[in-house]
Amino acid sequence: MKDIRSLRTPGGLSLRLDVRACTVVVLLLAAALVASVVLIGTGDFPIPAGDVLRTLAGDGKPGQEFIITELRLPRVLVGLLVGASLGLGGALFQSVSRNPLGSPDVLGLGQGSTAGALVMIVLFSGSATQVAAGALVGGLVTGLAIYLLAWKRGVHGYRLVLVGIGVSAIVTAVNGYLLTKADIVDAARALVWMTGSLNGRDWDQVWPLLALVCVLVPLVLGNARGLRMMEMGDDVSYALGVRVEQVRLLLMVSAVLLTAGATAAAGPVGFVALTAPQLARRLTRSPGPNLVPSMVMGAALLIVADWASQRVFGADQLPVGVVTGVLGGFYLLGLLVTERRAGRI
Amino acid sequence: MSAARGPVTNDKRSTVNRLAADDVTLAYDQRVIAEQLSLEIPDNSFTVIVGPNACGKSTLLRALSRMLKPSRGRVLLDGQLIQSMPAKKVARTLGLLPQSSIAPDGITVGDLVGRGRYPHQGILRQWSADDERVVRESMARTGVAGLADRYVDELSGGQRQRVWIAMALAQQTPLLLLDEPTTYLDIQHQIDVLDLCAELHEEQGRTLVAVLHDLNHAARYATHLIALREGKVIAEGAPKDIVRAELVEEVFGLRCQVIDDPETGTPLVVPAARGTRTRAAAAEASPDAGRAAGGPAGATGAS
Repeated sequence: MKDIRSLRTPGGLSLRLDVRACTVVVLLLAAALVASVVLIGTGDFPIPAGDVLRTLAGDGKPGQEFIITELRLPRVLVGLLVGASLGLGGALFQSVSRNPLGSPDVLGLGQGSTAGALVMIVLFSGSATQVAAGALVGGLVTGLAIYLLAWKRGVHGYRLVLVGIGVSAIVTAVNGYLLTKADIVDAARALVWMTGSLNGRDWDQVWPLLALVCVLVPLVLGNARGLRMMEMGDDVSYALGVRVEQVRLLLMVSAVLLTAGATAAAGPVGFVALTAPQLARRLTRSPGPNLVPSMVMGAALLIVADWASQRVFGADQLPVGVVTGVLGGFYLLGLLVTERRAGRI
Repeated sequence: MSAARGPVTNDKRSTVNRLAADDVTLAYDQRVIAEQLSLEIPDNSFTVIVGPNACGKSTLLRALSRMLKPSRGRVLLDGQLIQSMPAKKVARTLGLLPQSSIAPDGITVGDLVGRGRYPHQGILRQWSADDERVVRESMARTGVAGLADRYVDELSGGQRQRVWIAMALAQQTPLLLLDEPTTYLDIQHQIDVLDLCAELHEEQGRTLVAVLHDLNHAARYATHLIALREGKVIAEGAPKDIVRAELVEEVFGLRCQVIDDPETGTPLVVPAARGTRTRAAAAEASPDAGRAAGGPAGATGAS
């Protein structure tokens, strides 16, 4: 059956490790890193993996060094960070709402960020930084709106999902209105942003996102045990001594920040937040929130999707959001069918 | 065993674990369920709270287990205000088996019972040898040790309830509160769960507080019975001292006979026959006797 190892020290410290989950994390991490190296080597100017590794170790040819450290490495890092943030944010949302559909994509957080970005692009012709800030604010405001409408009295089944779908529909309408108001240049720029893409991402996007991840990930993981208890319902977790409201609020704020931060950096890359936690769960076969596996899965998914969008679809670079959108869309269909069969919708 | 009648208010507070509600008003938003209610749970008792639907028994249990904050008054655990105590400390003293609990998809029995150890654990103390031993013992105690590797979703209702009780046991609390632990179970499994509660009470000296619907089960198993109606304690004490036909009529509005249970000698409530009840109701009701006798009066209170 399940292989769970306990490590104990004489001092009374003990750690509990799910062997399968740890293996999954290590393998996914390896996959993400290998895919990253391959992705760095991919492009109009292909670079063999050996040269990529040498350059990353600080021992590369000058010509390649510029391409790698200034152009492709930051793009890959943004991809890894965005994927990890979306995976973790999605896992948090799904776990707190106890619902695989309770993910940021379905709840309209992406649309909220888009609205923020569109306002900056269309109304103010803002710079890239201003657009990112707009997306961040848009995501946070949408998160707050969903909280006020659906969350105040606790999450009940599909209530959160239904409110999220409503919010998402309203914001989509606003986005459509903003697009019709835009002139053709702004509209083109907005459309590119809206598909979610890693093109042209550089160190300016890496640092803020890295800082956000470094602060939020330890905070979230520190509360993971409480979240695991909350899967059994509020009453049971209360009885076990979890401060339910406090933990839930903290984790939701973190999840909204992670999702909004990722969206600000790369645009609304669809469905990673929805699929990564579910795929991670299938692999670990563990009921818990699977936070770390989801995070690594998100990173691996996004990098592989980005590689596929560049490689499989030829030199005309396809935004990564299109690939994740198509894959995730099929996944969402499958999920709806199984949920329907299980009688949960 | 304590057989005090009426609300106990100024009992000398003992130093062992003791749970008490002191002049509490319980309300959901504006809807007041109980006002100025005071009661104590006698230590080492198997206390059962009974009363008609919506009399506030589950609400009272929620307040005693700090799920619901009283809008006035205090719930005291060991003489301390329960709301102001550290959450995990309360969870090591007082366990609760709520009515609604969700078994996460794909969780095994062993894993679920292990989660009862949460209040004893921390980030650096995730799974001690103690945890492992207690989980094993709790599963053995409730007869689910053989199911440890099975998925909770595959179990029958009776088995599942035992698993949840095992989880509450793994919490190792001297006080255990159970909210309608026999709901949705057939008669055999109801008795099974109540037997288990009685054993936990007798052999391990735990204080148990349960909300039960079945008055006869309550009378048979409780050492201390609390009868609630409209948020007020109508009577409390040992079942054989307080369960009388008048009390049942006062609390539940049901005419009945109380006889000795042929098996245990505890009080057994036998509702009066329908004809007797409707005639009595008609005679009491009004000059317009014909309408009352034909109407739904006979059905009052029996729920």
